[in-house]
Amino acid sequence: MSFLELKDLRIHFPTDDGLVKSVDGLSFTLERGRTLGIVGESGSGKSVTSLGILGLHKGGRARISGEIWLDGEELVGASQEHVRALRGKKMAMIFQDPLSAMHPFYTVGEQIIEAYRIHNDVSKKVARKHAIDMLGRVGIPQPERRVDSYPHEFSGGMRQRAMIAMALSCDPELLIADEPTTALDVTVQAQILDLMRDLQRDFNAALIVITHDLGVVAELSDDILVMYGGKCVEYGTSDDIFERPEHPYTWGLLGSMPRLDREPTERLLPIKGSPPSLINVPSGCAFHPRCAFEERTAGRAKAEVPELLETEGGHLVRCHLPRERRHAIWENEIKPNLEAS
Amino acid sequence: MVTYIIRRLIWAIVMLTIVSIITFGIFFLVPRLAGATSESLAARYVGRTASAEQVKIAADKLGFNDPLIVQYGRFAKGIVAGADYDYGPGVERCPAPCFGYSFLTRLPVWPDLLDRLPVTLSLAIGAAVIWVLAGVATGVLSALRRGSLFDRAAMGVALAGVSLPIFFTGIVSLVIFSYGHPFRITAPGGSFTPFDENPAMWAYNLILPWITLAFLYAAGYARLTRAGMLETMSEDYIRTARAKGLNERRVVVKHGLRGALTPILTIFGLDLGLLLGGAVLTESTYSLPGMGKYAIDAITNQDLPKVMGVTLVAAFFVVFANLIVDLLYAVVDPRVRLG
Repeated sequence: MSFLELKDLRIHFPTDDGLVKSVDGLSFTLERGRTLGIVGESGSGKSVTSLGILGLHKGGRARISGEIWLDGEELVGASQEHVRALRGKKMAMIFQDPLSAMHPFYTVGEQIIEAYRIHNDVSKKVARKHAIDMLGRVGIPQPERRVDSYPHEFSGGMRQRAMIAMALSCDPELLIADEPTTALDVTVQAQILDLMRDLQRDFNAALIVITHDLGVVAELSDDILVMYGGKCVEYGTSDDIFERPEHPYTWGLLGSMPRLDREPTERLLPIKGSPPSLINVPSGCAFHPRCAFEERTAGRAKAEVPELLETEGGHLVRCHLPRERRHAIWENEIKPNLEAS
Repeated sequence: MVTYIIRRLIWAIVMLTIVSIITFGIFFLVPRLAGATSESLAARYVGRTASAEQVKIAADKLGFNDPLIVQYGRFAKGIVAGADYDYGPGVERCPAPCFGYSFLTRLPVWPDLLDRLPVTLSLAIGAAVIWVLAGVATGVLSALRRGSLFDRAAMGVALAGVSLPIFFTGIVSLVIFSYGHPFRITAPGGSFTPFDENPAMWAYNLILPWITLAFLYAAGYARLTRAGMLETMSEDYIRTARAKGLNERRVVVKHGLRGALTPILTIFGLDLGLLLGGAVLTESTYSLPGMGKYAIDAITNQDLPKVMGVTLVAAFFVVFANLIVDLLYAVVDPRVRLG
């Protein structure tokens, strides 16, 4: 059995306006030492999925069904207390904005010490030593001095490093990074991505990187899962997604990604329209109102929800277009536009 | 930090000086505007039987004919260094801080005030402990169970608490809980036992005023805490705390409440400072011989030196409480830079 396995996970929120289907039947597996990138626009269900794995929706209004297996344990049906004990220890999370994600009134050291001592019965002194070690490991200079600084005394990049140190303090086996570089400026982004890659190698953890930025997943991921409207629309290895993408939405994401190997004068190709409402999901394929190839499905896109089907070697696509046609569109219509002209 | 404290202290002294100038100005000018002369003021000191000649000499000796600025200087000096009063029969020493003599009792104001202080301190601090505990606890529970029956009931009671005046709740409580009434648990008021004499009696005599006063304030604190908790509990750092695996109690208290505490501290300093100057309505309702009652009596009798004394002491408490709050702010919120 895989280290992490999601089976048909559904996370729905009842609201006054109707049922919000944030995550609607998501399945994937992940092994230790591997990195999965989950990509999608705002509201595609990426963050809801990650909070769902950590059990942070429990006790709220969310309706969760399906299965989450972590190292042989099922988490959806497990008690809140049991999942709480796993949080921070077996699975940890790095958040988007480290300034608001750290408590402004406690020092960075206090916050790491707290995280460590929940799961490890050690004295404050030992925990402090550990916190200093962790800060040093994530590349914070003079950690024995910086351990007593408050988050607002750190720069953005340093704060994210401290956040990573906190998440890794209990040596988690699953690490989820939710938009880990979005709040940082570009040069710092690259440093943080390098750091995460190095640390993952050291800790041999399973890593899930959630982002809207294909550049980030290109740096880190072994596998990539593209989400749209709460569902997986394409899943494959990094090579599958970047070299042989088959879903029109993935093509759109690739077209809207700035690339250094393109002419500066060339315009990006945005995906027209906006993300779907998660209450009134479009009929059939949720992407069809924005899809440039919808008419080539002979009306099926509007009528039927497409299945997530394997095209070859673990590469999964949820699209009504026949496989050969997708290949042809990619080779003849999309790829030439993306490459340097 | 040290320079900050010194600066704040100097500022506090400046504030008190300004307050004393204004107070002095009002209380010395207003009677004159109302037609009082130096002689009629001096007559307050020498008594009705004195001859017009004696009164005139007393007015001179008391300095009522000096320019206002000289009179203020003497008043301020009296507070800082004490003063010698000489109105005829002999010189009387009034040690610092000297707020002058009561028109009515001819006794110096300060020792009188000092007698009243323990009553007001006991009342204000006791009530403060109750209202902070009750108000904050109610606010936290309400925020965590937003929209529940508890929340709505608590906020309803809180609305009643802030709306009902002390002289209503106080009298109702006396009717219900005092001697001669259905649930007699307490003395009918008017008695105060110093803490060091008999702590049990001290608390017994104060329990009703404490609860009445605390009810008024707890209501506001409950609403303030509820609003603050609703805000902090939706912060990202709360999600982080949960993601670390903290249990919910620690998430709420150590991370949530800690974040919501700053505005509560500010208001608390102001409220307590004001109350230490005398809980006028509560003390009157329960006939407690505190500073508030003292002020009311002084005003009723137009006993100006007493009124000025109690005003300045009350101002001192407000300024002092604000100073403490400002210093505590830096402890509570490390982002506040002192300097």
